[in-house]
Amino acid sequence: MDKSQYKDVYVFVEQREGVIQPVAFELLGKARELADQLSQNVVAILAGYGIAEKASELIAYGADSVLCIDAPELVYYITEPYAQAVTKVVEERKPSILLIGATTIGRDLGPRLSARLETGLTADCTGLDISEEGDLMMTRPAFGGNLMATILCKEHRPQMSTVRSGVMRMGKKDDTRTGKVENFKVTFDRSKFKVRLLETVKEQKNLIDITEAKILVSGGRGVGNSEGFKMLEKLAEVIGAEVSSSRAMVDAGVMPHNRQVGQTGKTVRPDVYFALGISGAIQHLAGMEESDFIIAVNKDKYAPIFNAADLGIVGDVNKIIPLLTEKLRR
Amino acid sequence: MKIVVCIKQVPDTTEIKLDPVTGTLIRDGVPSIMNPDDKGGLEMALQLKDKYGAEVTVITMGPPQADDILREAFAMGVDRAIHLSDRKFAGADTLATSNAIAGALRMLDYDLIITGRQAIDGDTAQVGPQIAEHLDLPQVTYVEDLKYDGEKTFTIKKSTEEGYQMVEVEAPCVITVLATANKARYMSVRGIVEAYLKEVEIWNFSNVRVDEKKLGLNGSPTRVFKSFTKGVKAAGKIYEVEPEEAADIIVSKLKEKFII
Amino acid sequence: MDFSLSKTEILFRQMIRDFAEKEVKPLAAEVDEEERFPIETVEKMAKLGIMGIPFPVEYGGAGGNNILYTMAVEELSRVCATTGVIVSAHTSLCAAPIYEFGTEEQRKKYLPKLCTGEWIGAFGLTEPNAGTDASAQQTMAFEEGDHYILNGSKIFITNAAYAHVYIVMAMTDKSKGTKGISAFIVERDFPGFSIGKKEKKMGIRGSATCELIFENCIVPKQNLLGKIGEGFKIAMKTLDGGRIGIASQALGIAQGAMDETVKYVKERKQFGKAIGQFQNTQFQLADLQAKIQASRLLVRMAAYKKDQKQPYSVEAAQAKLFAAETAMETTTKAVQFHGGYGYTREYPVERMMRDAKITEIYEGTSEVQRMVIAAALLK
Repeated sequence: MDKSQYKDVYVFVEQREGVIQPVAFELLGKARELADQLSQNVVAILAGYGIAEKASELIAYGADSVLCIDAPELVYYITEPYAQAVTKVVEERKPSILLIGATTIGRDLGPRLSARLETGLTADCTGLDISEEGDLMMTRPAFGGNLMATILCKEHRPQMSTVRSGVMRMGKKDDTRTGKVENFKVTFDRSKFKVRLLETVKEQKNLIDITEAKILVSGGRGVGNSEGFKMLEKLAEVIGAEVSSSRAMVDAGVMPHNRQVGQTGKTVRPDVYFALGISGAIQHLAGMEESDFIIAVNKDKYAPIFNAADLGIVGDVNKIIPLLTEKLRR
Repeated sequence: MKIVVCIKQVPDTTEIKLDPVTGTLIRDGVPSIMNPDDKGGLEMALQLKDKYGAEVTVITMGPPQADDILREAFAMGVDRAIHLSDRKFAGADTLATSNAIAGALRMLDYDLIITGRQAIDGDTAQVGPQIAEHLDLPQVTYVEDLKYDGEKTFTIKKSTEEGYQMVEVEAPCVITVLATANKARYMSVRGIVEAYLKEVEIWNFSNVRVDEKKLGLNGSPTRVFKSFTKGVKAAGKIYEVEPEEAADIIVSKLKEKFII
Repeated sequence: MDFSLSKTEILFRQMIRDFAEKEVKPLAAEVDEEERFPIETVEKMAKLGIMGIPFPVEYGGAGGNNILYTMAVEELSRVCATTGVIVSAHTSLCAAPIYEFGTEEQRKKYLPKLCTGEWIGAFGLTEPNAGTDASAQQTMAFEEGDHYILNGSKIFITNAAYAHVYIVMAMTDKSKGTKGISAFIVERDFPGFSIGKKEKKMGIRGSATCELIFENCIVPKQNLLGKIGEGFKIAMKTLDGGRIGIASQALGIAQGAMDETVKYVKERKQFGKAIGQFQNTQFQLADLQAKIQASRLLVRMAAYKKDQKQPYSVEAAQAKLFAAETAMETTTKAVQFHGGYGYTREYPVERMMRDAKITEIYEGTSEVQRMVIAAALLK
């Protein structure tokens, strides 16, 4: 393959019911950095129906141009029509890099495209960079996050990568930026449309299992009672965490057993674990000490939890947590 | 109905630990298991078998010890097991893997192909959709539940970030299933006793009839350039300060960690 | 014999350990605390074939062998000794004698229901005045027309309250001593049969141990197990097999206590280091570990001999004696390693210590095992 024919950093812009998803802006931010390193352009692929007016926002977040594919076939996401649309873009425009959000949509579309285009796809990247040879260096966790691997796709184009939402940082919105918006026409092969969408249901997702939560706000005796746990729930809400508990609070009937961390509860290893008012009895430590980052707040400076903590605060949770929640909300 | 379930043997990543001194991965003694999402897919197939008398075949690609999960599948109740094993398949990324498996699937009859959503050693969630593309079949990913009308149509509940979608698709098709879709059955004692009395079919390169250039390391567009561990944890810092300052310290740490 | 597990055994252990961890362990404390028979666990085990492991498929069994059966009892007992003894008593003391001594009609009638767990089995030998001296049976059976009439009572009967089938020993001819004892298959709803008081026990508190009462209980003649007068022989042979099950239970309890202790001594810090770093801890654990492994090999040898249809009575006695005493020693030390925590119900080792004690008592006390071993030695 003649790689020189392929250039520019393309971003598949995910929208749901016409609302651009935050991950798309985050990808544009990263794409901007990569394109600047390569001295190339950022192109946003905006596919949907009745979405053309959203194009200017994409430019404000870093795109140099927007390819707008506005078609009734794309009114909601289904694999095949979207795969046909993006394939057409790649075949005609030959991007060097194609970034897609690692959402349930992007992780459905990405691999389908990679097989159709016969190129590589690296899933759930946490780092993207350009090598000295100008290739995309895609870094991602493997083995359940125990190992990081940097992956290259040297001989195939486009170099495709999916990135989870919240991993890259959104660039600053700049309404003064200008760029080209182009309507891109796709002729669909409807004979391949085999999946019919019957309904889309939004629901208050059940509480995430605490073993799967990325952030846990865990409370113990120092939190005291269900009033105290309401305070933790507020904090959890602000940072997208789940609330868990020590055994003492489960025994006291304040929290249900499925929220208990520890030897007789669940073993968790979130990215961040808040141990609030938890002394850190051995049986509790057994359930959480492998968390990536442990923040402990406790009145007793000799509490064993501080031996396990990455960040320890000696103080009253009932005073600190409301302040913290307020600061985070702002 | 004929169902083929693609399964993978993976290291149980919840058992992997880092060496506290060197920060390297300790892989010795880590048990190998059937990938959890694949097990969910297998259970879904076996439930269809219980209800409609489907014939269930499992297929795996991997080294000789991957035979273990095929025996496990026999003990859970599958009818046929195929083991793709050839040096020419080795070193494959997801695309080359999907080429080999799709090659094998072309040799089989199927109404439904099931894979797990993703494998816990790689978490890529790519092979299922890639197989679907190679076989020119429709795909439904993130499947939580599936109803079959007994003839041709599947009504499928697909998980999304905000809730779920109900979709309809006709056989043949590919679905990728979540481990949480069901509670996989245990192997039965009788199934275990008979598992090693049954025959696992070993298929190699010549059985799958795929261009060698599309297989193994040669057929892999992506290559691992380097790998590394995140390193050893440094000792934590303890602050004894006023509440206001304490909250600020936490906020700045969270920022540093990209949590906010 | 081969000391490594076969592929089938590895697969079996994977299943039973997974089952024990996920289905049995979460209930263990509650079953103990509430003295509750875990009927829901029995139903789950029944579906998987765990209630009929060593019996042929034609009788509804899983087609396995006694080695797999011992592994099952070990793994279940490792997390819950109550569940272990339910399976052991059912399999070794009820289904096994029907399979080994029953007529084809009896096998066909009872084994499929027992092996599939539709019915639970129990065994009645012990009486208020006939414990270690089992020959002092006072339950009487006399012939009347096409049936026998049983009168008397049995005590300490495992599974009693939930069983459907009981193997019961009764005197048919007192003048003949042990040769006057016969074995009967008694169904729960036979007229004149009832379940008496439930024992409040120190350990294995969920196993529904009760009294069996026979008041002119009518047992059809076709329910005589073996020939008339063979009851004592059947009981002794049945207990030989049962001892393999109890040895496995003891082994499981010991291993469970060891697992808990290893976890604990790695985490518990005193004087600035994990207590597992002290040599006193290490040496004691090493001794226990060697004994546990020796128990496992003794259990395996006894089960292997039974599978090979070789005499195994002495091997079973050795396995039970050694495994039971190892269980008692390991659990007692496990509590000691856990210190104050070990004495509380927050940790499972105190339960394991209470559970371990019975393995030195039932299905022949340790003293009986020594008698069996010594008798063979000095023969």
